[in-house]
Amino acid sequence: MELTGAQMVWECLIREGVDVVFGYPGGSIIDTYDAMIDYPIRHVLVRHEQGAAHAADGYARSTGKVGVCIATSGPGATNLVTGIATAYMDSVPMVAITGQVSTAVLGRDGFQETDITGITLPITKHNFLVSEISELPQAFIEAFHIARTGRPGPVLIDLPRNVAMSKAEFSYPDKVDLPGYRPTQRGNVRQLRMAAELLNAAARPLIIAGGGVNRAGAFEALAALAEKYRAPVAMTLLGIGGFPQSHPRSLGFMGMHGAASANMAVDKADLVLAVGMRFSDRVTGKASAWAPNAKIVHIDVDPAEVGKNVAPTVPIVGDANLVLQQLLPLVQPCEFEPWWSLIDEWRQEERSRDILKHETEELLPPFVVSRISALTEGQAMMVSDVGQNQMWEAQYYSHDLPRSLCTSGGLGTMGYGIPAAMGVQVGNPDKQVWMVAGDGGTQMTLNQWGTIAQEKLPIKMAILNNGYLGMVRQWQQMFFSSRYAATPIGSPDFVRLAEAYGIPGLIVTTREEVDDAIRAAIAHPGPFIIEFRVKGEENVYPMVPAGQTVREMIRRPLPSERCLPEEAK
Amino acid sequence: MRHTIVALMEDRPGVLNRVASLFRRRGFNIDSLAVGHSEAEGISRMTVVVQGDDKTLEQVAKQLHKLVNVTKVFDLNGSSVSRELALVKVHATPANRSEVIGLASIFRANIVDVSSDSLIVEITGTEDKIESLLELLRPYGVQELTRTGVVALARG
Repeated sequence: MELTGAQMVWECLIREGVDVVFGYPGGSIIDTYDAMIDYPIRHVLVRHEQGAAHAADGYARSTGKVGVCIATSGPGATNLVTGIATAYMDSVPMVAITGQVSTAVLGRDGFQETDITGITLPITKHNFLVSEISELPQAFIEAFHIARTGRPGPVLIDLPRNVAMSKAEFSYPDKVDLPGYRPTQRGNVRQLRMAAELLNAAARPLIIAGGGVNRAGAFEALAALAEKYRAPVAMTLLGIGGFPQSHPRSLGFMGMHGAASANMAVDKADLVLAVGMRFSDRVTGKASAWAPNAKIVHIDVDPAEVGKNVAPTVPIVGDANLVLQQLLPLVQPCEFEPWWSLIDEWRQEERSRDILKHETEELLPPFVVSRISALTEGQAMMVSDVGQNQMWEAQYYSHDLPRSLCTSGGLGTMGYGIPAAMGVQVGNPDKQVWMVAGDGGTQMTLNQWGTIAQEKLPIKMAILNNGYLGMVRQWQQMFFSSRYAATPIGSPDFVRLAEAYGIPGLIVTTREEVDDAIRAAIAHPGPFIIEFRVKGEENVYPMVPAGQTVREMIRRPLPSERCLPEEAK
Repeated sequence: MRHTIVALMEDRPGVLNRVASLFRRRGFNIDSLAVGHSEAEGISRMTVVVQGDDKTLEQVAKQLHKLVNVTKVFDLNGSSVSRELALVKVHATPANRSEVIGLASIFRANIVDVSSDSLIVEITGTEDKIESLLELLRPYGVQELTRTGVVALARG
């Protein structure tokens, strides 16, 4: 069958199981768009290509499938870059397709030409410039294979216009030809045995679930191990959703703004089983002083992560799901009684410091998030933006469902929330999707409300408006003598603006209105926004300052301490 | 500590760029880098001399191996043969030309070009040997110098 390159693109995507792409047309990709009409693939037209990449990212994180975005050459391609970098840092399987000027013009600064394979070299797992139509099917099968296997990541395919226009016989290859790419799947048996010995000898063990648990779909394997071994489980930001928050073994989320009990458990543990995590500085603080008493067993699919930031006692390279399954029969059930009592003491103190226990009339963001959690019964697919809103979401939403949080962890991309939520809703049409963002991040990408309205995506958007770029303001307050350089930010009337897009909304200014507004959003069949006008200068606690240890953790003062001067000065 | 790392990679457009970009991005210091065909068709062989402790070296090797087009990475610090080639254009007048030629012959270097006021010396050997000859040639005035970087093979 003779096809054009443009037609082959869709033939390949269908063979890879793709049924939706997020994109924006343009001159160099026009042939591919023309061919698209004849194929049963849904196209979601974004309002800026960055949103296409984030939407593909949200789709991929929440479904476990490869997300696909498509853009034209030049500015279309460069607009994808932030979204590709976000996906790369968080190991999200994605294929980005970009148009390119014809090979005859390539390298001569043609209109809308940019070297996107060069630009994305350090932020893709791999990329392809398809210079001949004969290479096209092989590029696609390899792109999808690389994106979804091993440590997942974004792969870019750059398609010059003349290749899209030319014709050739089409057949889809039945295998990839990648001699240099063979990810390890199963854990080494000797390493597993050594790991099990450490686990069985431990008195104060701690399991930490990283993003790899979500990527590998290791939910059941992790729960089985935690239940048999009876050890506490903490989660990194990207590990949220990997283990049920309401599970009695869960310590919740750890790291810079993680639960004090979880971070103290790291400090006192004599064994850490780190599953699918990369020991980011936001997780460890000062890496050399992290888990100072612990032997570390590190499971990761990427051998380069072993020893990169923290040297493990026993590394096991392999897929988190398979390795945990292999480990399960080798582990003995234990009680760890003194250890759990200690943890319970920490938890008790943590609860007494919880802002939700403080009597206040103010509208505080943690209260808002905890009400969303309660009224959605922890069953919503959540998307958070970046900053204070992200930390409060992670602390106060009780995530019980696998892959139920999409957030930009590694890159910390403000503006991620709204477009990523589009991808989550498209990938999970029957689930309730909530997005939590600040007033700053919302204003970065609210152009995507156009897409949400056009596609009738029933996303519920909670904007925590505190009038500041809050996390930076918090740092300025704590570490820069409250010199608020460029952090006070004005906002439009979000509800009226949303109305202009055909999206209804409510403004909430008091605690009493919160539940009704959330119920109204849930009851509304379409997209809905709620602008919560929250307290301006509220801080995220606890906080382990950058590069420090849990011993320098800044905690929220107890109610009885509130008359004391501000603790952080 | 200096290490010689060899990477075998598919001979495709952009592969060298990927490797160079990786070294720059990860902050690895390269002393030299040489690349050319290997014994297998379609496979290039790159020899990189890097500075760093064992941990850095391990990261270099692992990160190189992560590149999809790289098929094999190994450390050549065991028993191996390493060579580099240098071309040196050295100032030489008829008055001291024979001195320079004399030095070159001690090092079994070849004179590959002669003009009225300069010579080009071609020398092959270990880095140390090349450094030693250069040291002796510098007083005459080294006008231009080009070195290939080290290439190496394991013995036996």
